[in-house]
Amino acid sequence: MTDQTAPPTQTNPAMDRMKASLARRYAAEKRFQSYGIIAIILALSMLVTLFATIIGTGYTAFVQHTVHLDVTLFPQDIDPEGNRDPEVLARADYQSAVNDALYSLFPEATGRSARRDVRALVSSGANFVIRDMVLDNPELVGQRVSVRVPLATEFDQVLKGNIDPAVDLGVIRERSTDIPWTLPPGERLISEGQADYMQQLVRQGEIDASFNRWFFTNGDSRQPELAGIWGAAVGSFFTLLVTLSLSFPIGVAAAVYLEEFAPKNRWTDIIEVNINNLAAVPSIVFGLLGLAVFLQFFGMPRSAPVVGGLVLTLMTLPTIIIASRAALKSVPPSIREAALGVGASKLQCIFHHVLPLAMPGMLTGTIIGMAQALGETAPLLMIGMVAFVVDIPGSPMDPSTVLPVQIYLWSDSPERGFTERTSAAIMCLLGFLIFMNAAAVLLRKRFERKW
Amino acid sequence: MIKKSILLGAVAAVAFAGVAQARDQIRIVGSSTVYPFTTVVAETFGKKTGMPTPVVESTGSGGGLKLFCAGLGVEHPDFTNASRAIKASEVETCAQNGVTAITEMKVGYDGIVMANAKSAPTFELSKEQIFLALAKDVPVDGEWVANPNMKWSDIDSSLPDENIEVLGPPPTSGTRDAFLELVMEPGCEAFEACEGLSKDEFKARAFTLREDGAFVEAGENDNLIVQKLEANPVALGIFGFSFLDQNQDKLHGSIISGEAPTFDNIASGAYPVSRPLFVYIKTAHMGVIPGMEEFVAEYTSEAAWGPEGYLSDKGLIPMPDAERAKYRDAAMNKVDNVNM
Repeated sequence: MTDQTAPPTQTNPAMDRMKASLARRYAAEKRFQSYGIIAIILALSMLVTLFATIIGTGYTAFVQHTVHLDVTLFPQDIDPEGNRDPEVLARADYQSAVNDALYSLFPEATGRSARRDVRALVSSGANFVIRDMVLDNPELVGQRVSVRVPLATEFDQVLKGNIDPAVDLGVIRERSTDIPWTLPPGERLISEGQADYMQQLVRQGEIDASFNRWFFTNGDSRQPELAGIWGAAVGSFFTLLVTLSLSFPIGVAAAVYLEEFAPKNRWTDIIEVNINNLAAVPSIVFGLLGLAVFLQFFGMPRSAPVVGGLVLTLMTLPTIIIASRAALKSVPPSIREAALGVGASKLQCIFHHVLPLAMPGMLTGTIIGMAQALGETAPLLMIGMVAFVVDIPGSPMDPSTVLPVQIYLWSDSPERGFTERTSAAIMCLLGFLIFMNAAAVLLRKRFERKW
Repeated sequence: MIKKSILLGAVAAVAFAGVAQARDQIRIVGSSTVYPFTTVVAETFGKKTGMPTPVVESTGSGGGLKLFCAGLGVEHPDFTNASRAIKASEVETCAQNGVTAITEMKVGYDGIVMANAKSAPTFELSKEQIFLALAKDVPVDGEWVANPNMKWSDIDSSLPDENIEVLGPPPTSGTRDAFLELVMEPGCEAFEACEGLSKDEFKARAFTLREDGAFVEAGENDNLIVQKLEANPVALGIFGFSFLDQNQDKLHGSIISGEAPTFDNIASGAYPVSRPLFVYIKTAHMGVIPGMEEFVAEYTSEAAWGPEGYLSDKGLIPMPDAERAKYRDAAMNKVDNVNM
């Protein structure tokens, strides 16, 4: 026996082979683990790069530079009748009041081109900011009001350092500093005169950076400083409302029938295969279908969220049906048998017991389907939702766009101010998507039953 | 479940109630090149008049005319933007569908520029040189051969010793069509080998761009081209003037046939690569869809398309005074100047 307990000699070939093979297997395991870690690091670094780029270019859009103006609202210009009729107030000319306020800031600018330079400093929407103030409070007519109006986009971008000069916001806040231009006059996007006026405004402390509320309350605009996502957000809301209220009941009903009632025969097999196929159909195809059926056959209006919702319903239905069937399958048969055993009908068994237990899984699938629908642009192109819509839609029948379409349209605009707004809109869309996916995860965690 | 079916029914009812609804806002479709200009007019019109702001879709010139010519009635658009004139075949389709009266309104000019990053020297090119740089086949000693020019200096020793790399729009783009017509066609015509070719053969020679990597299709998004040019100083890009206008701190336009692509040069017609932009009006809708007259009046006002107007701030090159007067008259008097 002592022979066997003795340490194996170096020359035992079987032992050597085993050792070598063991080392190889350990090494293989180590390698596999490191591949996994590398894959995760790669994926994470791409995600971080994506977020860093988007946030890096987009965060400045949440700040808007404004100019402080003392505007005198002469009643004879704005409301000659004096009865404060909202109709009259809405159509009145506020531009001359804005211009007068600007000229009083620069009394030395008298020539035609100098005055043109001065007028270009503030957004062309400044008069509408004042109009809205007056409409809210008609008592302002006849008074001298102190108001902050948005700076025109070129100047806003200069102060943000997005176009020449490349400075950060802090330098500008020190009033004594000169704007450190990096490009010589003539190559800049703004004229020499305008650069001087802006310098003066900075020195006098008339320019302020404040939270950009317009970005969240305005509809689309061709002036970057006035463009906002509210119109597109409302459009997305209506579209998803229609999608949800159609696809959830239809999807769940289809899943319940197929899973619980349908006989297992060739027809149900064909239906099942086709539902799985539909989930893989490119979304633009649903857009073409929507164009042919909803617009051309039923004559529904173009660009309306209701049509968008119908098209996206077709797109999300397979996702919801598949998820709902999986949720129904995961309810153990013992639940059904117990319900039937105590005398419940099949319908009672499903609606009282199986469906409530499967609901968290169904909702998770629905939320993921909705998140998918929220990010979709291709099918909406065909039904006219890739459009310039300024007015905030008031119902699912009004023309509107959706958030991803708004991002696409802004990214294609020549104005430099839209670059940051594109990224800011992406941040908002990503925020919604993360929120929806988090809700799905939470629902699953909260209500999931382990059997 | 009952609640759900009620909800479903309600949604369906809402959906189908709108079928025969009247329309109170103007619908505009068409070219993505004209889109930035028409949208500014639409927005100003909406703010000034208080009427609903027109909805402007960007569908491309051809797609827009197809929708425009599909018929009369609220479900069809009232205006279409086009970066080229309407074709005879499209006028015919229009007429077949009952759209017999169309007013053509030229709104201004758009320059097509070749630009590169400021860190690189400005190019000075002739149309022949551009043809030699970009055509798939070029004539060498009277024979058509696959384009052998890899560097700009291969074409002319005065040009830089850099690889030819040009980013341009895909074939679906109107900018590409205009570039082929305004640069490649005259560029080809300068060579003897292009003379005496049949019409189809000439088109094949002049309008086929090289596919060996020297010409890169960069997609419809001109901002993307601008970004790529910044990153790659060797490359030239082909796009609309408004993008050069907005990026003058980063890019400079190449001089073509001795003229620089500046606002004044394009307006005076000295810069050779510019094309007219159009808006087509469905005159039968005027008076039916509210606001169409006012919209046309806004578009044709001096404050909009005049030399000092807000459209010129956006990069649209205004027409000369006489031309503006002519198209304003035609549009305001609903003159059918397409079917004449």
